[in-house]
Amino acid sequence: MTSSEKKQLQINACKVRMGVIESTYGAKAGHPGGSLSAAEVFTYLYFKEMNIDPTNPKWDGRDRFVLSKGHTAPGLYSVLALRGYFPVEDLPTLRHIDSYLQGHPNMNMVPGVDMSTGSLGQGISAAVGMAIAAKYHGKENRVYSLLGDGEIQEGQVWEACMAAAHYKLDNLCIVVDNNGLQIDGNVADVMSPYPIVDKLLAFGFNVHAVDGHDFEALEKAFDNAKKTKGQPTAIVMSTVKGKGVSFMENDAGWHGKAPNDEQYAQAMSELKAQLAELEGK
Amino acid sequence: MAEMKKVATRDSYGNALAALGAEHPDLVVLDADLAGATKTGVFKKAFPDRHFDFGIAEGNMMTAAAGMAAAGLVPFASSFAMFAAGRAFEQIRNSVGYPNLNVKIGATHGGISVGEDGASHQCCEDFALMRSIPGMTVICPADDIEAKAAVKAAYEHQGPVYLRFGRLAVPVFHSEDYQFVIGKGEVVRDGKDVAIIANGLMVYEAIQAGELLAEAGISARIINMPTIKPLDEELVLAAAKDCGKVITCEEHSIIGGLGEAVCSLLSEKLPTVVRRIGVNDEYGHSGPAAALLKQFGLSAEHIVEVAKDLCK
Repeated sequence: MTSSEKKQLQINACKVRMGVIESTYGAKAGHPGGSLSAAEVFTYLYFKEMNIDPTNPKWDGRDRFVLSKGHTAPGLYSVLALRGYFPVEDLPTLRHIDSYLQGHPNMNMVPGVDMSTGSLGQGISAAVGMAIAAKYHGKENRVYSLLGDGEIQEGQVWEACMAAAHYKLDNLCIVVDNNGLQIDGNVADVMSPYPIVDKLLAFGFNVHAVDGHDFEALEKAFDNAKKTKGQPTAIVMSTVKGKGVSFMENDAGWHGKAPNDEQYAQAMSELKAQLAELEGK
Repeated sequence: MAEMKKVATRDSYGNALAALGAEHPDLVVLDADLAGATKTGVFKKAFPDRHFDFGIAEGNMMTAAAGMAAAGLVPFASSFAMFAAGRAFEQIRNSVGYPNLNVKIGATHGGISVGEDGASHQCCEDFALMRSIPGMTVICPADDIEAKAAVKAAYEHQGPVYLRFGRLAVPVFHSEDYQFVIGKGEVVRDGKDVAIIANGLMVYEAIQAGELLAEAGISARIINMPTIKPLDEELVLAAAKDCGKVITCEEHSIIGGLGEAVCSLLSEKLPTVVRRIGVNDEYGHSGPAAALLKQFGLSAEHIVEVAKDLCK
């Protein structure tokens, strides 16, 4: 990755974060914390990794992304809008009555959403089905799925992991956003999912533990996933919940809460400053 | 009546899948370690690369089927009714129903005729669960001919379909030229005193009841209603209008199934006296299927009793 490429990804990640704040502020609800922690991976997937065509969202040969942690729809919608699937100006209609931007992703309403999700533990299974289908059709397209570290408390996640390894789905890459927090507090206190890497290794995955805010680390892991044959890959990202907005960072209270007027102003001013610095203004 | 050929509709399911699979390369079959019992093993033998066993993990299987459908395949996800409609209900509701994905659910071992396995495996709640999902088509065929036709119709239908099959071999009363249409019922015997609307293995019981009632001077209209949702409203309303009295028969709880669907329709559009024959809000238990059906009143004799009482 060139330094200018990296800089552009960082700029886009900052814009994704701004979209998260705009949409949750517009909704007066929603999930900013886990959307912000995943801003880099959303950006990397949609601006670097995936073979997609925003002008043809249903293109049969596209790579697919399933947001298994569906409550972080603000992050997904933000990156889809930025990538050109629909107008960025629509983001503040999130969760409004009659808006197509449903509280959780709906594949039949939002261009670019490949699977309806929201009930935790199911997205990864749908991704397994898509990966099997790609192999069945002899296609080269890949399937990606993003899970929360709280989400992996769902037993179905491990049923899906078993199936992914059993069917040798090397076209599947799952990402676990290990920001350490869920609604009720620290994941380790609520119901420890640790050790995540060891568990995934035991389930037959090619596993990479990376800093989820480091684009070069993400690139290495995703590139390795594409080269790995005969087994699925899992990228376990260490991240900061609420990353980029000082008062939201590492606070479980921002899992599912919208900023008020003052908080919105402060969050946007912080992100605008970050953007200006990245753009060298 | 002469001895009739008997076939379990789960066998029809496996055979129909194998036949359809030969014509349609996009048809795949999923199972959860029950391929021998659900009879998808027949398909597996013919098309080993198109049969996916997900092990004892029905929730994952159902959602993986949704993912396959989203990627253009037509998956038939199979298990016992208890675990397909029961355990995987929320997966079906959220990952199949809500996105309106083209998943076909083949649920075998419905009802108490599962027999010896007992209540844990005797699903009498699946119609109720599946009917409650918007956009879900719910079908319970009565015999081998209808079951095979229903599998074909389900494949040709765009959208989610729940198909319920039985473990017990039941008489094949349809002729080979029978035309099954989703959402359409069938008058198998005309009559004017009472309408008896049945599905699944209760249809043949109703046919026998119709003959017994005729001997007793009661003219019963016997209706086979394989599609519980969408219900053939026209046929039900006509029967209620012509006969004035309705009896429903199903191998399912009287709560939430065919009986309630008929009652809902009639109470709104043509209030009519209805008696529901089914499992009376209780669990089944172990025993030979035939004995259980008699014990729970799922028999021609019991239909006759109810009809005679209603026509007093």
